[in-house]
Amino acid sequence: MNRAKTKTVNRIGAALEKDGPLLSIYFTAGYPDLEDTLPVLRHLQASGVDMVEIGLPFSDPLADGPTIQQSSTAALKNGMHTALLFEQLKEVRQEIHLPLILMGYFNPVLQYGVEAFCQKCSEVGIDGLILPDLPLEIYQREYGIIMERYGLRMIFLITPQTSEQRIRKIDGASNAFIYMVSSASTTGAREGFGPEQQAYFERIASMNLNNPQIVGFGISNATTFRQATKHAKGAIIGSAFIKHLSEYGPRGIPAFVETIRS
Amino acid sequence: MKSYHADKDGFYGSFGGAFIPEMLYPNVAGLKSRYLEIIESPGFQKEFRNLLRHYVGRPTPLYYAGRLSEKYGCRIYLKREDLCHTGAHKVNNTIGQILLAQKLGKKRIIAETGAGQHGVATATVCALMGLPCIVYMGEVDIARQAPNVARMKLLGAEVRAALSGSRTLKDVTNEAIRDWINNPEDTHYIIGSVVGPHPYPDMVARFQSVISEEIQAQLRELEGRDAPDYVIACVGGGSNAAGAYYHYLDREEVGIIAVEAAGRGIHSGESAATSALGRTGIIHGSKTLLMQTDDGQITEPYSISAGLDYPGIGPMHAHLYTSGRGEFHSITDEEAMEAGRELAALEGIIPAIETSHAFAVLKNRPFRPEDILVFNLSGRGDKDLQTYIDFFDL
Ligand SMILES: Cc1ncc(COP(=O)(O)O)c(C=O)c1O
Repeated sequence: MNRAKTKTVNRIGAALEKDGPLLSIYFTAGYPDLEDTLPVLRHLQASGVDMVEIGLPFSDPLADGPTIQQSSTAALKNGMHTALLFEQLKEVRQEIHLPLILMGYFNPVLQYGVEAFCQKCSEVGIDGLILPDLPLEIYQREYGIIMERYGLRMIFLITPQTSEQRIRKIDGASNAFIYMVSSASTTGAREGFGPEQQAYFERIASMNLNNPQIVGFGISNATTFRQATKHAKGAIIGSAFIKHLSEYGPRGIPAFVETIRS
Repeated sequence: MKSYHADKDGFYGSFGGAFIPEMLYPNVAGLKSRYLEIIESPGFQKEFRNLLRHYVGRPTPLYYAGRLSEKYGCRIYLKREDLCHTGAHKVNNTIGQILLAQKLGKKRIIAETGAGQHGVATATVCALMGLPCIVYMGEVDIARQAPNVARMKLLGAEVRAALSGSRTLKDVTNEAIRDWINNPEDTHYIIGSVVGPHPYPDMVARFQSVISEEIQAQLRELEGRDAPDYVIACVGGGSNAAGAYYHYLDREEVGIIAVEAAGRGIHSGESAATSALGRTGIIHGSKTLLMQTDDGQITEPYSISAGLDYPGIGPMHAHLYTSGRGEFHSITDEEAMEAGRELAALEGIIPAIETSHAFAVLKNRPFRPEDILVFNLSGRGDKDLQTYIDFFDL
C-alpha cells in the first residue's frame, strides 16, 4: 500500500528529492510577536532552509519540553489562534515556496472542524500536517479520507521504542516522510547524541523504509545535525531555534542557520 | 444490549479512546493488551482483595443515615469510603495499580495530584511496596495543601512542583505525562481518576467498582434488594462516581445522579461544571467533554474543592451525560459548604468538600418517601478543615 508512489509529488516530495541533508525548522506561530509568523518564514526562506513546520500553539502541549511550552504560552498570550494563523498565511504562497507543514495538537483542529481546517490548509498552501496526538489508527479510521481529499500529507512519528512491526505499518500509511523522534523524550535541545541514539539511527536506516526519515527532537547545533543526518534524510530543529529566536528575533535567523550548516 | 461500559477500544459511545503521541504508544499499548488478563487473574484478585480487606479496611460500611433521611423524607444510605485508609476512595485505585505495575515489572511510580489525596494514596502504596514515588503537584497547591505535602514526604515520596502552564491539576497531569514520555521503560503512571487514554478510564473504574459491588451485597442484607433507586456521587474526574455506579450502569431502573462543582456559579466564569460548560474535545489523551475556548484551548476551572477542579470529566461520564442515562447537577461552593455542615451536624460525619457537593442535591430536587438513595461518601473532611474554618469563620 505504498501511496507515496502513486500520488503526485507535492512540495514536500520535491524537497525530499534534493541531494544532501535537509534542514527543517519548527517555530511557534505568533512568537515572539504576534505578527512575526511571516517575517520568520521570509528569513527562513532567505537563509536557505529546506522545509518549515509552523506550530499551532496549544494550552496543553504534553509532548513538548519547556522551550516550546513557553513559546506556546507566549503566542497564545499574544493572541494567536487558528483562524488568525490562516489569515496571516492567506497570501503566503505569493512569496514563500518552501514546503510548509502545520504542526499542532488535535484539539484545536477538532474545534475548528477537521474538514474546514483541511480546506483552509489547502487554500493557503499548506502541504502537510503533524498532529502528534492523533494516533495512526484513528487517523485511518476517521480522518485520512478528508486529509487526502485536500492533498495534505500526514506525517507520523516513530521513537526508539516503536516496534519494527509498527514502524512498517506507519511506513505503509505515510506518503511524505517519517518523523523520527531522536530519543525517548519530550521536545528540547540537547548537546549531542550518544551511542544509543546512533545505534537507533542506524537500525532505522537499515530497515530500508519506503519513506525517508527526518530526525527531530534534540537537534541543536552543527554536531547534532550532522549526527542525525548521517543516516536520515534530514533533521528538524525546534527548541534550539526558538531559543535563538527569543534572543535575537527574526533578524538573527540567517546567523543561526549558518551555524547549523557549517 | 445497550452498555454504558467501555468497548474494546475504550470508547463509551463516542467518548474515550487513546489520543496519545507515539512516544506513549508502547506504554499505553502494553497496558491495554495486558490489563484485563492481569486484573482478572485469580492471583491478582487474591492479592488485591487481601490488601483491600486488611490494609484499606474494606468492606466499608453502608450506613443508614436516619436523621438525614428524616429531614429529607426518603431513605438515605451512606457508603463510607471516608473510612478507607488515607481517608478517601482514591486508595482503591492505587492499590490496584501498584499491583499491576509490579506485574508489569515497573520500578518507578509517578502520579499527579491536585489537593493531594491521590498523591497521598499513591505515596502510601509505594511505601507499602518499596517503590520510588514521584508526585507532581502544582506550585499553588503545594502552598495551599501543606499537610498533604508533608504526608507524602513522610511516606517517602518526592513531591515535584510543576512549573508549566497555570500550575494546577491539568498542568501537573501534563507534567506527569511528560515524565512518562521521558521514562518509557521503567515507569508506571498511576493516574488518579477515570481520565486519560484508554485503558485508564476502564481500568480505574474496575478498581473502584468494589464500591458498588459492596453496595449490592450490603443493600441486599439491609433492604432485601441489591439496588437502590438512586446512586449519587460527586464528579471531578469521576472515579468515585464510576465505582459507585459501576454495577448499576446497565440497570436502567437505578437512577444515576452525578454532581459537579459549579464554583461561584455556572456562568460566573469561575466554575468546574464540565457537563454544563464543556464541549467535546481531547484532554490528556481522551475524547470527552471539557471546558475550552472556541479556539480549542483548555481553560482553567475553579472550585472551592481542589479535587473537583478539573476542566474535563471521564469519558464514561461524558457518555452518561449526553445519552441522558445520568442526571447531572451543578452545585456552588456555598451550597456544598452548607451541605457539608449539615451532614456534620445531623450525622456526625465531616465530609471532604468534594463529597459535600453530592449532598447538596437533596435541596435541589425532590425524592419520594419510599426512594432508597445511596450517597457515595467519597472522603473525609480532615484535609479541608482550614477551608471549613475560613468559610464558616469557626
Ligand atoms: C474525597 C474526594 N472525592 C472526590 C474526588 C474527586 O475525584 P473523582 O471524581 O475521581 O472521584 C476527590 C479528588 O481528590 C476526593 O479527594
